[in-house]
Order: sequence, then structure tokens, then C-alpha cells
Amino acid sequence: MSTTTQTTRQARPLAPPQKRRSGLHRDDRAAWAMFLPAAAGLLLFVVVPFVMAGWLSLHNVRLDAPTPPSWMGLEQYRRILLDPDFRGEFYRGLLNNVLFAAVVVPVQTALALALALLLNRPLRGMPVFRTFFFMPVVFPMALVAVVWKVIYARGELGMLNAAIDTLSFGHLGPYDWLGDPGTALPAVIIMSIWQGAGLQMVIILAGLQGIPADLYEAASLDRAGRWLQFRHVTLPGLRNTLIFVVMVTTILAFRLFDQVYIMTQGGPQQATTTVMYQAVTTAFDANNVGRASAITVLFFLIVLAITLVQRRVLREDREVS
Amino acid sequence: MSRLRTTLTYLALTALAIVFVAPVAYLVIGSLKPSGEVIDGLAGFVPENASLQNYSGMLGRFDSPATGYFRDFYLTSLLVTSVVVAGGLLVNSMAAYALARLRWRGRDAALLTVVALTILPFEAIAVPLFYLLNDHRNTYYIQYLPFVASAFSIYLFYSFFVGLPRELEEAARIDGAGTWRTFFRIIVPMSKPVFATVTILSFLTTWGSFLWPVMMVDQPQRRPLPLAIAVFQGQPPYDWGQIFAFGVLMVLPVLVVFLVFQRWFVQSLASSGLKG
Repeated sequence: MSTTTQTTRQARPLAPPQKRRSGLHRDDRAAWAMFLPAAAGLLLFVVVPFVMAGWLSLHNVRLDAPTPPSWMGLEQYRRILLDPDFRGEFYRGLLNNVLFAAVVVPVQTALALALALLLNRPLRGMPVFRTFFFMPVVFPMALVAVVWKVIYARGELGMLNAAIDTLSFGHLGPYDWLGDPGTALPAVIIMSIWQGAGLQMVIILAGLQGIPADLYEAASLDRAGRWLQFRHVTLPGLRNTLIFVVMVTTILAFRLFDQVYIMTQGGPQQATTTVMYQAVTTAFDANNVGRASAITVLFFLIVLAITLVQRRVLREDREVS
Repeated sequence: MSRLRTTLTYLALTALAIVFVAPVAYLVIGSLKPSGEVIDGLAGFVPENASLQNYSGMLGRFDSPATGYFRDFYLTSLLVTSVVVAGGLLVNSMAAYALARLRWRGRDAALLTVVALTILPFEAIAVPLFYLLNDHRNTYYIQYLPFVASAFSIYLFYSFFVGLPRELEEAARIDGAGTWRTFFRIIVPMSKPVFATVTILSFLTTWGSFLWPVMMVDQPQRRPLPLAIAVFQGQPPYDWGQIFAFGVLMVLPVLVVFLVFQRWFVQSLASSGLKG
């Protein structure tokens, strides 16, 4: 993002526009013609529905209802956030999103960092291993969810149960991974990490390769051991990459939907319900577009808050360096 | 690096590789086994009695208007993905060029708006969009039209175009080339990496798109692959061999393209991250 603001600042003419000064060619007509198709798409399919979400959330709206939408004010929000009859479900979903983020973000980032560090060594066969770790990234999430649903099959014959039984010499299991409220969310978390780690890995790998080699040489001359090098060269060098990866993964955690819809339908006993899952089921199964829109608006505020925190952290880092 | 460290590195890599590959192997092997033997403990990895029966059985199952045709799932996914990718490349690169390399009234406001819209995930607008477009359910165009213009793609193009050297562009201008000609003849050929990045990102996102079809498609004939497999796996009695066969066919083209253009995939996704 910083590149954007910088270039905007440079490109913005200080004095009355002089073609030479900004170095940019002036051509209003072509520029608008080039910008218009995308602008129309964004306006129609992003800006309008976004504004509409706010409006809908203040109304009682049902699809195919004989009555037009009626004004409700903040009633939808009050019900979602305060009403004892409804709020439990929303907070449960939010809690699940937070739990998901609290496990996936650190574990997946640490795993991806470990994979990247292993792959960054000058050994033969690294591209093959990279292929293996990256492969799940190209799998559609719907398919991953189906395969893992079978892997999590209950009973001794389930693939994961059989593997755990073998590795523990018969001491552990079998578990009803997706049927037990205690293990359903962890099960969704594990398959999500499996699918997502490879993407983080290649981003971190690119970050590692961007750290100047002479920094490591200087550290070696200072007789810094491997741990000190990791602590004082690698981690600071990866700082921005890691912040970026952490923030993207956090937002992804709040978007959680596909896996839950396919594997557990939010259950058992709401153990895997999420904010987005509720938005969809409220709009769809309960035919309550108004309340679903209110959930959507709350979802957006969460994402916005995360993004603003990210910007602030990155900016502070730049001021320091 | 010492011998021991090398050995330990390979050991760790191999153990991790097994974890990452096992589900994929299970999918492929399971698709070849009789359905009753897919959920069979670790024997699920043993391709006993292997045959292509699940494939023919699955194709035979999706062969009526009531179930939808497998061919139609495929063509829907293909159509939607092609339009979103190709249309998106054209529309978003043009918009980014106007923002990055031209001076015009309203440019700064337009740029700010696009950057602001990159924060907005599709999930934040899915419900109102579903309400607005409810009359267009089950059409093809409703599956691709909302995704052609993309603030994130414009942003990726923009970041690339801003960094391009000015000389060639100016030379073309001096030779009398107009804005359109300069863009298509000079800028586009110089920008293959960013076109590859946007192609790959938008291809993967669209091929796997799930939330929107769940909301907008209920006719079997109009289902894209991810929705079709989700419906398939939810209908008892479960025929896991056939479901896995469906899965293999769904991911196969992506895997082939990935293995052939692997370097592009990895570089694209890695670089898209670093631009943030």
C-alpha cells in the first residue's frame, strides 16, 4: 500500500498541470474510456451492494414477500448483539472465528516459516519438496473439504483414526472428529492449515531470498551462531513479510465458510458455526435478508479494524527503519 | 553444512512431505477402488482391485436433467472461469494503465476509491448482491459478471505499471502513437509477469468459487464443479469412490497446468504477497 501513496504523491502535480512536470501524458478521453468498464463493474457489483448492505440492515426484508421492506432502525443489530434469544448464536460464531484465527495464524505461520527455512538450504531436490508443500494451494477448497471429511470418518476405519491408532500403537482413538463438538473445530482448523501453509511458505521464501547475503556474512564474522543469525538477521528481515502474512490469514479466518458449509453445516451444537455461515443461512434458510445484511456489516467492520491495525503496525515499522 | 544436519533436513522434509501428499494420494487411489473399500483404514492407500469403474459410474450417474450432466458442470466452470479471467485481464489492466500512466480529471479520486475497495472482501457484499440479483438466479452471466472488474487486480496491475520505465512509451508517443496503441503495443508486451500473476490468481479463485454459486444456483444443470461436488457428497447413500473420481476430474486440469507452469505459479503468488 505504501507504494501507492508514495507514487500518488509524486505524480500529483504541485503547480498547475504541466505535461513535462509530472511526466504523465494527458488524455482525458482515452483515460476515461479505459477506466470506465472496470469502474462500471465495481460500481454495480461492489459499491452499490456495499451501500445497500447498510440500508438493508436497517429494514425488515424478506425475499418474495408480499410486503415491501419496512423500517426497523437498529433493531436488527440490537437483536444480533444484545437480545438474549438471538445473541448467543452470533457470539458463538464470532468466538469460533476468533478461535480459528488464534490457532491457524500462529501455527500456520510457524509451519510455513519452518518449511521455507528448510527449503532455503542449498540442497538437491528442494524444488520437488516445494512442489509437494505447495500443491494443496491449487486445490479448490470445496474439494479439500470433501476429501478431509472422508479422512475424518469416524470409527476405526477412518483414515485419520487408523493412522493415529498405528502411530500410538493402539493407545489413542478412535475419535468422531466431525461429530464431537470438542474436535469438530480443531478438525476444520487442521485441514485449513494443510491447504493454506503452502501459500504462506512461498511468500516467506520470497522474503527470505530478499535478505541480503552480506548481512549473514557480517553476522558470521561477528561469530553469531545460527540461532543468533535467525534472531537478528532473518526475523527482522522478514518482519514486513510476516506482518503481511499474519494479517491476510487473520482476515481469511473471518471469511471462513466453504469448509464449514461442506463438512459440518456449522454443527455439532454450533461448534463450527461462523459469522459468514450465519450470514448465509440467515439470508437463505431463514429468509431474513435484513438481519443477514446486518451480520454482513458487522463482518465488514471486523475486517476493517484488522486492516487498520495492519496499516498502523506497518507504518510504525517504517518510521523506525 | 555438516552431514548430520543434511540428513536431519531431509528427514524432516520427507516426514512433512508425507503429511502434505497423503490426502492427495488418498483422493487419487480412492477414486480407483471399489466404493466400499475407500474408508478402510490405512488400506485406503492400497490400490487393490483398481479400476476406472468409479469414473464411468459417476459419469453415468450425472446423465439426466434431474441430476445435471457432468459435462455441464465442467462447461459451466470453464465458461465462468474463462470470462472472469479474460475479461478481467482486459478491463482491469486498462483501468490500471489509466490510473498509473495517464493524467486526467478525477484520477486521484478514482485511484483512492480503487485502493479503498481492495479491503472489501466479497463476503461483505454477498448478501445484498444476492438480494439485488435474485431475479437472475441460475443464469450463466450472474456467475461471472460480478467478478470481471476487480479492485485487487487493478491494484496489482497498477503497482506493476507504475514501475515501468518511461522511455519506450515516450518514444512511441513521439512516433505518433495514441494512448490506445501505446497501451496495447508497448505496455502490454512489457508486462507479461503481471498478466501471468493476475491470470493465475483469478483462475484459482474462480475455479474454486463456492459461496456465490451456493447462493445463486439451485438448478442442477447450471452448477459449477465445486457446488456440484458439494451437493454430490451430501446425498446418501454415499458412494465415496465416485465422489473421489469426481474430485480427481475436477482438480486434474488445474494440477496439470500447475505442474507445467509451476515456476510462474510460485513466483506469481509470492510476488502478489509482497506488494501488500
